[in-house]
Amino acid sequence: MADDHLSTISYGVLAVTSFAVLLTMTLALIRATLGPTVFDRVLALNMFGTKTVLFISVLSFLNGRTDFLDLALLYSLMNFIGMVALLRFTQYNDFGGSPTP
Amino acid sequence: MIVFEILGWFFLISGSIFSVIGGIGLIRLPEFFSRMHGGGITDTLGAGLVVLGLILLAGPTLVAFKLIVILFFLTITSPSSCHALAKSAIAHGLKPQLDVAGQPEAGEAARDGDGGPRP
Repeated sequence: MADDHLSTISYGVLAVTSFAVLLTMTLALIRATLGPTVFDRVLALNMFGTKTVLFISVLSFLNGRTDFLDLALLYSLMNFIGMVALLRFTQYNDFGGSPTP
Repeated sequence: MIVFEILGWFFLISGSIFSVIGGIGLIRLPEFFSRMHGGGITDTLGAGLVVLGLILLAGPTLVAFKLIVILFFLTITSPSSCHALAKSAIAHGLKPQLDVAGQPEAGEAARDGDGGPRP
């Protein structure tokens, strides 16, 4: 099952890492579902985005298609956009679209 | 280089352990400001160790450079978004629950001290 570009132990370690990242994403989704306040949901969503970047990186190594790293870079930049939206939410208590109160 | 590969396995396994620990903390910790600690573990230590292990597996190629750029953006954006989230929660009147050992009245006083959400 292991391809030529990786040794067998590397393949196993990468598979274990991807399963751990998937488990963490599941836990974050559970918290986003349960979360009593909206901030818990936003925190879980932020963590889910970071784990998505990690999962795409590990999966690109598993498949041997390192082009996927560009997608991971795009996702981290989208996390940056989300951070800017959060800062706006901090300042104006709103995600924008209306003039400042 | 087998040495770099073994170091990469070590970093990948410890990064996944820290990720799962942070996820369990996100589920089990009692309130928002302590749950943020679990999220911070996965954002800094888990992501950093996993990406560092991938860099060691990749060797000195363009792939390693892309991973370094990803690590840079994650290191910049995740703690600042956590900071913005905590600031926004405090501005909306969410307060940390205090549990001062042996002095419940001190905890109550600190919790109810200058109560009320800020404007």
